[in-house]
Amino acid sequence: MGAIKPIYTKADPPEGYSAPGVFATTFDKVIGLARSNSIWPLPFATSCCGIEFMATMGAHYDLGRFGAERLSFSPRQADLLMVMGTIAKKMGPVVQQVYEQMAEPRWVIAVGACASSGGIFDTYSVLQGIDRIVPVDVYVPGCPPRPEQIIDGFMRIQDLVASEPLRRRYSDEYRELLIKYGILKNE
Amino acid sequence: MERTFIPSDYLPIIVQSAVALGFVVVTMALTHYIGGKRKRIRTLRKDENFECGIEVKGNARFPFSVKYFLIAILFVLFDVEIIFFYPWAINFKEFGWDGFWEMLLFLFFLLFGFYYIYKKGALNWEE
Repeated sequence: MGAIKPIYTKADPPEGYSAPGVFATTFDKVIGLARSNSIWPLPFATSCCGIEFMATMGAHYDLGRFGAERLSFSPRQADLLMVMGTIAKKMGPVVQQVYEQMAEPRWVIAVGACASSGGIFDTYSVLQGIDRIVPVDVYVPGCPPRPEQIIDGFMRIQDLVASEPLRRRYSDEYRELLIKYGILKNE
Repeated sequence: MERTFIPSDYLPIIVQSAVALGFVVVTMALTHYIGGKRKRIRTLRKDENFECGIEVKGNARFPFSVKYFLIAILFVLFDVEIIFFYPWAINFKEFGWDGFWEMLLFLFFLLFGFYYIYKKGALNWEE
């Protein structure tokens, strides 16, 4: 049997000027590249989408390939809040506080129909999408989504992370965004 | 051979102390100077302890009744004494009447201790 040579792909270099032995680009791009390939997710799994996430983290789908090997169960070290499952209205403030306590920069992915829109639970007790309490960057459809879909959503997050300007989190627009969600009180 | 030290011999120590102190002061001042004026957004809730998103109620350090501890320790004590009955029960026939009286003596001491703590009111939860 002929040995199969594995093909390892490295992260693509960002745009920049290259010469022999020299590569020049902006901090935004280099730091974005590093950040997007070392995202530490915080799994907030409340129902069946969480089970799909377990498969995503497992050996078969292996989210660790994307630099997300290390799950963070404290928001202090997390970069990405992955909300997976139905969020009841009673759970809303909990999600919001977990988001608020994450260190910046931080991103949010809503996995599954429930987290994105409330899904089939159009009732008095269920939050109709987590974007009512926290700003969401990527929505993953599905009930529940397959691991491939979760990975696809994660890669879209990576695109966002890679292209985010370093000063965005200091900007007035970002401040206004947080005020809009009631996370930051208007002074 | 006697060697005398004059105060100027200690000059290197003073210089080193000054450098150490100066390094700390300069570094601390410099970080404030070059740190930039942009500040991260901070909120009151962000600085709280992380308790899985649940609001913190009260303080973890508060006085509680010592009765629970007392009852628990006494339970452990009498619970462990039961272990001595097992080897006796297995060798019941070999030990015969001598073993029986010895065990009864042991039981007497044990129950005397129980009587003592009962009289002392250690098991009185209501008090």
